[in-house]
Amino acid sequence: MFETLTQKLTGSFSFFKGKRELTEDNIGEGLTQVRRALLEADVHFQLARDFTERVKARALGEGRLKGVEASDQFVHAVHTELVELMGPEDARLTFAKNGPTVILMAGLQGAGKTTTTAKLAKRLQEKEARRPLLVAADVKRPAAVQQLQILGERIGVPVFHQEGATPPEVCRAGLEHALRTGRDVVILDTAGRLHVDEELMDEVAQIAAVTQPHNQVLVVDAMTGQDAVQSAKAFHERLALTGVILTKMDGDARGGAAVSLKEITGAPILFLGSGEKIDDLDAFQAERMAGRILGMGDVVGLVETAAEKIDEEEAQAGFEKMVMGTFTLEDMLGMIKMVRKMGPMKKVLGMMPGMGQLGDMDLDERHMNRLTALFTSMTPMERIRPEIIDVSRRRRIARGAGQELSAVNELLKRFKDMKKMMKQLGKMGLGSGLGAKGKREALAGLSPSGEMLDPKAGKRGMLGGLGGLFGGGGGGAAGMPELPPGFDPTSPRPMGSSSTRKGGKSATDRKKEKAKAKARRKNRKRK
Amino acid sequence: MGLLDRLKKRLGKTREAISDNLSGLFRGGRKIDQDLLNELEELLYTSDLGPVADELTSELARLHKRGELKGEEDVRASLRQTLLAQLNAGAPESETFRGSPTVILIVGVNGSGKTTSIAKLAHRFQTQGKTVLLGAADTFRAAAADQLEIWAQRNGVDIVRQKQDGADPAAIAFDSVQAAQARGVDVLLIDTAGRLHTQSNLMAELAKVRRVIQKQMPDAPHETWLVLDGTNGQNAVQQAKQFTAAVEVTGLIVAKLDGTARGGAVFAIQGALGLPVKYVGTGETLEDLEAFNPEAFVDAIVTRATGSATA
Repeated sequence: MFETLTQKLTGSFSFFKGKRELTEDNIGEGLTQVRRALLEADVHFQLARDFTERVKARALGEGRLKGVEASDQFVHAVHTELVELMGPEDARLTFAKNGPTVILMAGLQGAGKTTTTAKLAKRLQEKEARRPLLVAADVKRPAAVQQLQILGERIGVPVFHQEGATPPEVCRAGLEHALRTGRDVVILDTAGRLHVDEELMDEVAQIAAVTQPHNQVLVVDAMTGQDAVQSAKAFHERLALTGVILTKMDGDARGGAAVSLKEITGAPILFLGSGEKIDDLDAFQAERMAGRILGMGDVVGLVETAAEKIDEEEAQAGFEKMVMGTFTLEDMLGMIKMVRKMGPMKKVLGMMPGMGQLGDMDLDERHMNRLTALFTSMTPMERIRPEIIDVSRRRRIARGAGQELSAVNELLKRFKDMKKMMKQLGKMGLGSGLGAKGKREALAGLSPSGEMLDPKAGKRGMLGGLGGLFGGGGGGAAGMPELPPGFDPTSPRPMGSSSTRKGGKSATDRKKEKAKAKARRKNRKRK
Repeated sequence: MGLLDRLKKRLGKTREAISDNLSGLFRGGRKIDQDLLNELEELLYTSDLGPVADELTSELARLHKRGELKGEEDVRASLRQTLLAQLNAGAPESETFRGSPTVILIVGVNGSGKTTSIAKLAHRFQTQGKTVLLGAADTFRAAAADQLEIWAQRNGVDIVRQKQDGADPAAIAFDSVQAAQARGVDVLLIDTAGRLHTQSNLMAELAKVRRVIQKQMPDAPHETWLVLDGTNGQNAVQQAKQFTAAVEVTGLIVAKLDGTARGGAVFAIQGALGLPVKYVGTGETLEDLEAFNPEAFVDAIVTRATGSATA
């Protein structure tokens, strides 16, 4: 169901297959697919139509690029157009020259205004050294004021509220309170309101009139469907929106509403709410968002996180060992630790192309913990020379890790397979997608140079492969390049998990892939 | 004013959205052709119907080929028929109350409208002469239990809660089932914390709440209702799938249908999971919760603004 657009366009059954040039004739089907993908991602239909027109103009206008396949060129056109549509990225809040900066938060019920208000205050306090004041102006929803007060207490930011006053009064008084107490940012948390509710829309306009906010921010649920256009329009008519915050981005919604919002309000997207914790507020990046909407994953985010958290030399050393076939369990443990530093596995895998939408993905930290337990139950000597692990040692390891003997066996078998495969890959130049050049690039490994951006190359194989080693969930990994068997993030039985866990890919699939690899080797020999 | 009329009025925005545009398509006596059908498909997409839009238009295309589509009225009739066939009415409301007490677990993503829907349900069941108890098992969001307690006071019903945020939700669920049994109430509504369906640890927590309820009362929860935000798009289908996998959802409540949202995702969900819609939330007051009526729902979408309820 979640066959991604990229796969549709570049896959082996792509209608662009074998076509070297984009023409008026062969581009039609591709455009239809793009439109569908946008609609499935909840982009408004009108915008989806306009958008495909622009893609067409761009793709045909570019003319044929040398050495680039038609399909790649097309995907590139789609991606660029989408990024341009959603930019600019460096949008920031406007700060007042004198006196406190006022930020008005508005939105529908349940969009996440109160939570986002607290997240924003924390961010301003920590990253910009501001002294925010929160104003609880939601007198409508029961206990909304308490909610903000509790959150304010947690992050150490004062919350202003006036019992019995109307929301505009509360906001005005809040502003005065900020002046008196020397606060330089005032965030107004207003009640959720339906855009068709005239009375409440008047109220929010009135709040804006009395407080003259420097920033008027619309908070929108990323899961919003086609209706995003209607509500954004209505809010924009009453307020002069200066920015948008998309919430609940940690779910699996594609977030097509972002496109609609940008187009309707012209206001940039400022932040993304990305989790349950008060820290989970990320700056918006058009590139990532475009990837998400098109189902390409968040490779940029992955590379960035990797660059931030992973010691490049260490990673490179590990990878070189992999290729040279001198990889040991000790190295593998090091890699696991490294990847885990990047954050919860779920988040890491979610950023990988095609992995974000795995519907039945069930990859939680427990599998990783079980796996780590197996490793740490071995002696360093056992990790460096796994061949010395006999039955008695296996039993001890299993006992130490509190797991079945079969878990140890499986880990070792998986490791052996992997090593064997690594050797093969080393010989044939690192697998399907990679030629000699690819090998060099892959060895450059996790360099944050953005090389990994190419939507088609197999360079993401390394991290993808690690995902597989650590127990990826079931389901088809859409958009992933062909990975060799055992090195496949969708592999049915994650190492270190119990054998009862159901997998997504059948044994026949694996057989097929093996056969394919064999055929590839044959072909190479002939050459 | 009959239920049908009320729902129609409430869903007025929804109806206008599709019907008016539909009339617009045929303006100027346009003939039905492939172009028109394509435009119609896009129109259906705006109602968040998703893949269902595909089915609807291919059915129309089929009829068109056989020459059975004469004009706008035929298109309407076909849409109505196909949409109606997709909706499963589910069991009548009276069959909900099969336990003593009947335990109903309310789940959903953050901000979908769980707590408000519970308040409305409590009010509805009370007016039917039932005694109601609320269990505040949302211990995660700040002041969630306070919110439910205020609703409980307005409704004049009892509530089981912990004074501190961050308590174990399963423990509160357990306590509230025990309390409901001891006090001999008819219905126990258990509120849970909103959680995104992609958070497997939180979904596991929810499954635990359910297991613990079963420990105290083996046939409970009798119903597990998923509250969907009516403004959500295709992601609602994923929500329904994941929640069903975790806690065996038995029905849907679609909230926030009083705006311009279409709630069309319901069709896709029914297609994928067959979950019946139990209620729709249509406003801010306690009375604004209607038992779901597929006929009325589809009619309100498809019939003309001026058409009669029997059209």
